[in-house]
Amino acid sequence: MIKLKVNGVTRQHDGDPDMPLLWYLRDELDLKGAKFGCGMGLCGACTVHLNGKPVRSCSTPVSAAANAQVTTIEGLSTDGTHPVQVAWQELDVPQCGYCQAGQIMSACALLAKNPKPNDADIDTAMNGNLCRCGTYLRVRAAIHKAAELTASNATKPATKPAAKSASGAGANLLPRNGGKK
Amino acid sequence: MQKIEFVPRRTFLAHLVSSSAFVIGARAGAFDFNGATTAEMVSDADKAAWNPNVYLGIEPDGKVILIMHRSEMGTGSRSVLPVVLAEELDADWKRVTLEQAIGDPKYGSQNTDGSCSIRDFYDTFREAGATARIMLERAAAAKWNVPTSECKAQNHFVVHKSGKKLGFGELASLAKQQPVPKKEELKFKTAAEYRYVGKELPTADRDNLVNGKGIFGIDAIMPGMVYASIERSPVFGGKLKNFDDKDAKAVKGVLQTVTIPDLKGPTMFQPLGGVAVIANSTWAAAKGREKLKVEWSESPNAAYDSAKFKQSLLETVRKPQKVVRNVGDVDAEFAKAAKTHEAEYYAPHLAHAPMEPVAAVAEYKDGKVVCHANTQNPQAVQDTVAQALGIKKENVECHVTLLGGGFGRKSKPDYVAEAALLSKAVGKPVKVTWSREDDIRFDYYHTVAAMYMKAAIGANGKPTAWLQRVAYPSIGTTFNPTSTHAEAFEMMMGWNDVPFDIPNHRAENGPAKNHVRIGWLRSVANIYQAFAVSSFVDELANLAKRDSVEYLLDVLGAPRKIPFGKDYINHGKSLEQYPVDTGRMRNVIELAAEKSGWAKKKPTKGRALGIAAHRSFLTYVAVAVEVEVDNAGRVRIPQMDIAVDAGTIINPDRVKSQFEGAGVFGTSIALMSGITAKNGEIEQSNFHDYQVARMNEAPFQVNVHVIKSDAPPAGVGEPGVPPVAPAICNAIAAATGKRIRELPIRRQLA
Ligand code: FES
Ligand code: FES
Repeated sequence: MIKLKVNGVTRQHDGDPDMPLLWYLRDELDLKGAKFGCGMGLCGACTVHLNGKPVRSCSTPVSAAANAQVTTIEGLSTDGTHPVQVAWQELDVPQCGYCQAGQIMSACALLAKNPKPNDADIDTAMNGNLCRCGTYLRVRAAIHKAAELTASNATKPATKPAAKSASGAGANLLPRNGGKK
Repeated sequence: MQKIEFVPRRTFLAHLVSSSAFVIGARAGAFDFNGATTAEMVSDADKAAWNPNVYLGIEPDGKVILIMHRSEMGTGSRSVLPVVLAEELDADWKRVTLEQAIGDPKYGSQNTDGSCSIRDFYDTFREAGATARIMLERAAAAKWNVPTSECKAQNHFVVHKSGKKLGFGELASLAKQQPVPKKEELKFKTAAEYRYVGKELPTADRDNLVNGKGIFGIDAIMPGMVYASIERSPVFGGKLKNFDDKDAKAVKGVLQTVTIPDLKGPTMFQPLGGVAVIANSTWAAAKGREKLKVEWSESPNAAYDSAKFKQSLLETVRKPQKVVRNVGDVDAEFAKAAKTHEAEYYAPHLAHAPMEPVAAVAEYKDGKVVCHANTQNPQAVQDTVAQALGIKKENVECHVTLLGGGFGRKSKPDYVAEAALLSKAVGKPVKVTWSREDDIRFDYYHTVAAMYMKAAIGANGKPTAWLQRVAYPSIGTTFNPTSTHAEAFEMMMGWNDVPFDIPNHRAENGPAKNHVRIGWLRSVANIYQAFAVSSFVDELANLAKRDSVEYLLDVLGAPRKIPFGKDYINHGKSLEQYPVDTGRMRNVIELAAEKSGWAKKKPTKGRALGIAAHRSFLTYVAVAVEVEVDNAGRVRIPQMDIAVDAGTIINPDRVKSQFEGAGVFGTSIALMSGITAKNGEIEQSNFHDYQVARMNEAPFQVNVHVIKSDAPPAGVGEPGVPPVAPAICNAIAAATGKRIRELPIRRQLA
């Protein structure tokens, strides 16, 4: 029997300890935010945090998460107000959106380690996250934006939910740039 | 966590729009949903004043419900078409709710393919919005007993000139009784009056996507469902000989195995056949499948070998072939030319590799199927599932999830038929999720092509004769096994419509046979055809020692509309409405060149700009790209400038994002992606050997420059892709002197 904490909730797994964490989260816990893209650690769509570190949950057996804390996109913030999510909203990063949970989880982990990454830092940290739609430009820009948001809200570290931004969720149906352009 | 609801179709529609709601249905005028769910129930008289495909409901509380009948795979259809309707309705976008349509022919085509959602439904959505607005204004006029001319819809209200106003919701039931206006009575907003069109509205699903709450095909569940993983013949056309499932069944969680019959007749969208392992989790199904022992009969495609096939295609294009376009006399000109130049090009199979593999959940019960799938074409799901199970199409209810990319793969619903067949066999809902290996090894591949080009060189290095010859297994082979040559729609994609001003011009097409399933992939035949044409014209510029941009403009000739004639398909649109206009082509070339700094940035060793331009999906695109090639032959792309004329633009930010994405997609095609076969089997299986661009390989910067135009709207999702690879190769030629004639580039520069 494996015990672990997922998004703050204690869970218990009695099944195959070799089951990848990804399928445990998705099939057993019905947490569908982490996505399957390759099953081989090649695409990053399944990225979650294990004790705060980004891991590819497709290649991490549940047993490796025993007694650990797992955070998925669902646990990043209750209402999409994590600065990384806010930055993502402001730049309207997603196209199909499928890779985005993984991108966001990798970005959060990068910012937790390096609050002011440069382009090269971002490219290195994000290289494991494929986006077939080609949102890389906006991902990079959004990471810079999130770094700014976090810095201007310095009392709250990047891995904790930040205060609701005026331009974040809730403003989603208003034209950006005040409707100009 | 958002859950998908499962309700029968009648209830499904009824719960979308309550019976008291004011409902506008395609072809139908105002009618109530209760009972009216098929196009057959609609009178011909209604068709006259209404265009098809649009559903709009207004609730008494003012909630506006737009039913979106096209699939969302990242191209922005859910964020664009409904805006067109809301704009003409003068609704408050904040009070609009989107509901994704199930598959039903009453919506018209739901095949989200061919970059046509906007151009095919723009007028329809405008008319639907304007029609409803007039009816609301008439309702208010009737209520106040004033002339309609004194009433004007404004942001979810109808306002009288005196200042009094009534909300759309309050007016809904009265509006329902108003006569449906004729098309001639419709008045549309002017561009100056737009509140949403042309503005950068956020995308409809943005917040769900950054919160991990978007529901994709892979996320869809049905109560009591089981999971399937399917072993298929590694060679296309191999049939099941026998199998041993003892070890598979011994895996904990595996419930049973089921055979899916071998594919018979034309490939179409039929399942490939195979052995399915059914289990109580995705993981158990995959583990069980690994333990299956399966023997396949030898397939006629067992000798398929990409290296040999390449040679056979090249031999084909070295000989005269079927003429698909002829102007002047190319042979006579070649015979007397002092100088000619020729080149052969080759481009490999590609896999779509959407980030989300194909996935579906289906339940067969009492002769009916309900399914949820990441499909680009729910009506094709209905047809395919109905045929596979021998039931009526009307008995297939297909719900459309979000799609984690599509690129054409998800318009082929073989995987939904797999889920439905398996559900019938096991008596439970079945979830089918393809692994990445399944996706790469059993795709409907973008075809493999060889091109031969020859030009006679005249004064100033300009071609006086131009011959282009191509051979590839056609998409037609998927539908007709005896198909030999390209389909007319493939020829239209940058082969028989090259807009150059050359007095003698001939295009030819040679035969080729398919050995895998062939399908359409983002921008289709334009990919290899534009690669050859746009590379060859640049070769001629280099040969003439002329500037590539100036030469391209010269070969393109004076601004004019080219009369290709009735046989030219032009994406089903008339040449009057959507001409092939070299003036617009020149504009995008000049704009891309200017924005890239073309005139100032002269090539240095290992660093240079390249240009290519292409019209596809009725849109004009030019790409100017800067490349750096290091001593080890590695290519880096610091900047790409894409100029676009796609006619009328609804949502500029989504246009930009599509072209940014196309820059990356095209870079993958240019630099690294390729599918090959050996002994009939596909050699690649996952992202380690089927590579697509990562962040550090993608262009560092993609600037998209959209030309303001009031021409009718044209395609956006695909046309950015074709000019990217030739632009990169042209830049590489300028930077290194090495001409790339085969894709992908990979280590060719090492
Ligand atoms: S699914 Fe885990 S890295 Fe691709
Ligand atoms: S947004 Fe579609 S794969 Fe990244």
